[in-house]
Amino acid sequence: MDDLRSFASPDTAEGGLDRRSFVKVITMAAAAVGLNASAAARVAEAAAAGVKPSVIWLHFQECTGCTESLLRTSHPDIAKLILDLVSLDYHETLMAASGNQAEDALHAAMKANEGKYICVVEGAIPTRDDGIYCMIGGKTALQLVEEVADKAAAVIAIGSCASWGGIPSADPNPTGATGAPTVLKDKAVVTLPGCPANPYIFLGTALQFVALGTLPALDDKGRPMFAYGRTIHEHCPRRAHFDAGRFVQQFGDEGHRQGWCLYKTGCKGPATHASCSTLQFGETVDAWPIGLGHPCFGCTEQKVAFRVPLHDTVEIDRPTPPDTYPPIEASQGKVGAVATGLTGLVVGGALGAGYRFAKKLSAENEGDPPPPPDDKEVTS
Amino acid sequence: MSHDTVHSPVGGSLWTRPVRILLVFVALGAIMTVWRFAAGLGAVSNLNDGYPWGVWIAFDVVTGTALGCGGYAVALLVYILNKGEYHPLVRPAILTSLLGYGLAVLAVTIDLGRPWSLWKVPVFFWRWTGSPQLEVALCVAAYVAVLLVELSPAFFEKWSQSPDTGLGRFAEKGLRFVTRWQVWIIALGLLLPTMHQSSLGTMMLLTGPKLDPLWFTPWLPFLFLVNCVIIGYGVVVLEGHLASSAFGRPRETEMLGRLARVVMWVAWFFFAFRLIDVGLRGQLGRVFADLRGFAFLVEMLLLAGGALIFTSETRRRDPGQQFLGGMVLITAGVVYRFNVYLVGFAPGDEWSYFPAVPELLITFGIVALEVVLYVAAVTVFPILAGPREEPARA
Amino acid sequence: MNPGRRRALRVLAGTGAATAAAASPVAASRASGVVPPEAVGMLYDTTRCIGCKACVSACLRANDLEPDRSPDGLYQAPLGLNSRTKNVIKLYKDEQQTSYVKMQCMHCVDPACASACMLGSLHKDETTGIVSYDPSYCVGCRYCQMACPFEVTKFEFDKAVPKIVKCELCRHRVQDATFTQTDSGFSRYPRGHGPACCEVCPREAVIYGKRSELLAEAKRRLDANPDAYVPKVYGETEAGGTQVLYLSHVDFEKLGLPDYGDQGIPHVAYAVQEGIYKGFIAPVALYTALGLVMLRNRKKEDGPDAADSGKGVAP
Repeated sequence: MDDLRSFASPDTAEGGLDRRSFVKVITMAAAAVGLNASAAARVAEAAAAGVKPSVIWLHFQECTGCTESLLRTSHPDIAKLILDLVSLDYHETLMAASGNQAEDALHAAMKANEGKYICVVEGAIPTRDDGIYCMIGGKTALQLVEEVADKAAAVIAIGSCASWGGIPSADPNPTGATGAPTVLKDKAVVTLPGCPANPYIFLGTALQFVALGTLPALDDKGRPMFAYGRTIHEHCPRRAHFDAGRFVQQFGDEGHRQGWCLYKTGCKGPATHASCSTLQFGETVDAWPIGLGHPCFGCTEQKVAFRVPLHDTVEIDRPTPPDTYPPIEASQGKVGAVATGLTGLVVGGALGAGYRFAKKLSAENEGDPPPPPDDKEVTS
Repeated sequence: MSHDTVHSPVGGSLWTRPVRILLVFVALGAIMTVWRFAAGLGAVSNLNDGYPWGVWIAFDVVTGTALGCGGYAVALLVYILNKGEYHPLVRPAILTSLLGYGLAVLAVTIDLGRPWSLWKVPVFFWRWTGSPQLEVALCVAAYVAVLLVELSPAFFEKWSQSPDTGLGRFAEKGLRFVTRWQVWIIALGLLLPTMHQSSLGTMMLLTGPKLDPLWFTPWLPFLFLVNCVIIGYGVVVLEGHLASSAFGRPRETEMLGRLARVVMWVAWFFFAFRLIDVGLRGQLGRVFADLRGFAFLVEMLLLAGGALIFTSETRRRDPGQQFLGGMVLITAGVVYRFNVYLVGFAPGDEWSYFPAVPELLITFGIVALEVVLYVAAVTVFPILAGPREEPARA
Repeated sequence: MNPGRRRALRVLAGTGAATAAAASPVAASRASGVVPPEAVGMLYDTTRCIGCKACVSACLRANDLEPDRSPDGLYQAPLGLNSRTKNVIKLYKDEQQTSYVKMQCMHCVDPACASACMLGSLHKDETTGIVSYDPSYCVGCRYCQMACPFEVTKFEFDKAVPKIVKCELCRHRVQDATFTQTDSGFSRYPRGHGPACCEVCPREAVIYGKRSELLAEAKRRLDANPDAYVPKVYGETEAGGTQVLYLSHVDFEKLGLPDYGDQGIPHVAYAVQEGIYKGFIAPVALYTALGLVMLRNRKKEDGPDAADSGKGVAP
């Protein structure tokens, strides 16, 4: 594999871009993630001037899916862009070096860019038994992440594993796998959950930091609001079917063929904050679970993914009024048959008994003369 | 006023079969009540936002206090109209009143959504004195206390039979106090029901357009007052005969016959007043037109029926007919109150209400408790008129 | 003076003192149904409402209410106002016409609920006229529900510790903000301090401000476009006047807003009650009369000397 650092310079003819195309591509990429034109211009300038912030990318308990998804962006050729925009100084999948050479590169990059590099974490960090279940170069993942994050300007946890533990943390979680924010308690960690995370969210966050030196607005879990601010349910193209009550009852039924709402088949959309419904994947329309006809499984949410069974329904987080309207007068109130019957019996019984008692009194009055006072006459 | 009625306790065992059966209903009601407080009103009742007041208010409170107006009605006769011959009826009527009002207070406590704030009513009443319900609340509370004082001679007479004990001495002092101040105590016992029974009528006036015009009239307070007098006398007749039968006491047929004549006049007056008032407001045409019109018809027919029974002198002298007439008039009076508070209340056709079974069980439980307490009181204390007889009874 | 008469005078003095104490609150308590000078309110125009229900969602958020979920938990679809819904949009539809209607507390000028409430838990503010609810004085008697002609006050029947729930014109959002005149001529709070429903409405179908301003605006709309509306501002005088005003292209009756006349709902009850209890004179007079009659009866029965001895027999 070539040393990808040969792609670093924009003047390289092979795999390089001329300045105009370069700026055009950067502007498109920036627009795609919501940065305005002036920010895009600053990114282009910074890159052209050869100012490329260092990125140190750590891998722990992961499947490398997040890296792979990042590499499979193709419109534009983002892989080259990333190499031109940033200096990827340590990345176990992509770097050519290995062994001591790799370790030296890591320490050199940390020293040269102390306080200025971006630390990206991919994969969960095992914490049980002092973290021996993931060791690289004789150090545990726990030690490594603390060391590297300590001197980083920004820490980005990409993917659900790095954000909250992901699949390694599924029950019974034998290694004590957990996310970077839990381990790095004193550091602000941007989390980009997803399995894999949508690469454009990473791109947007990294671009903003590179261009403006700031991070996007984050929610209480450290997730960028521009991507994780809404649930899938709030942005779903099948929402109209939900509101109208058109549900798929079984895979393959008529509703499924018509593209109806998948809530009843276990869609976790209402409980899942993510941007899949608008961004989708692979730059292909409908390339996401619901678009393909399968319910969302909630891969970004710690409480849902790998915990709630795939086809179990979830509660709706923030229900909103559907298209139905109550009429001016809507029937309410209960009249029970048993109660009515019971009341009738009791009232009727009381009146009937009273009537009989009255008749008896009258009969007594007409019949016998009043009993003498010392008779032990007892009536009831 | 020196009346020489002799009162004596019935004596004998409290744990008779009827009492045991009634206690089962009391226990059932108590269990439902615990559930009501644990789970909220919606869990045990069918009360809803359209019909926030149901059988507990319409029956246990509004009707229950009316059934307890026997004391008021008889006191009017004996102490104001000076008809001392009715004096033997006073004490049992006061007991029924105390029980009726006391248990109405219990029913209110069960019905209230936030009864823990009830203590604020006498303390913070000055915040807004315009609500008719405030008047009813304060007045009923005061009246229960007055009834207790009015009935206290029954307790004091029994307790002062052992003058050497602390209780005996307290009883003697109490008896002297009550005797000395009896005029002003009884006057209070006549004033307070006049006030709150009429305010029960004013309360429904505040619902304005939601009370059907068949019952909405500025005369509502007055009508409630007359209605409670009719029911009160009816209860005295009923109770008189039932107690005589149950406890083997001499039957007061002659006295009740004369009372029936008084009731007849009041009932006809009420009938005529209602007819004219409803007629003047142009509502008579509805009698066969809709359900509420039909309810009005039932109310009026029952009233006329009861009044007719008491109009005939032969019937008035017959204890069975007295009982029947009393029963019909009480039913008429109760139907009137139900009509004002429930049937005639019109929140809109989309709302419906009928009590749920647990709701009814609580009501039955309260009624059963009232009967049990009545039996216990007359058994132990000198409340019923007449000399003491053999303790044996059914 | 004989002991009986002495006693009568003592009792009279006592009740006289009680009357003096009781008389002033009763007389002063009755609001005369005058619109407060700084009364605030809302104006809802059915011709502008599109039924988007943003106001329903905004009300839930602003008031920290749980959504009223349908039985299967999927939708928030209340049938009307209830203990979790202070504001609702309903639909009227017949062969010829369709209209949305927004329902919430009308903040009546002469509120039946506040008149009914024993302890003043529901209270009409003297300045703004907002009818507010304070649960600390509420006993949960639900008399307010019996009294309100618009059936606005709702009760938490499903809770063991229940309270009444109703729109309070987002008074909790005002805090330190003050009314300022905007260019459009309405008095407004800064954004985030006024009623949430009005702030979120995308078509200004419901707006808020001083009632006087809103009434003038409503009349201006009626004059400018008489064919578009039923020629009445509902709430100008209905039920004695309400602080939430309505303009509609459909008969108000059909929208669930009947003609309640020009008098406040409580006016009959108050006329009667005031007639009987004004100054507490009648009860005191009756009490005295009752006592005196009984004294006289006792004298008649027991003879002239019995009254002097002051003795009697227990009742």
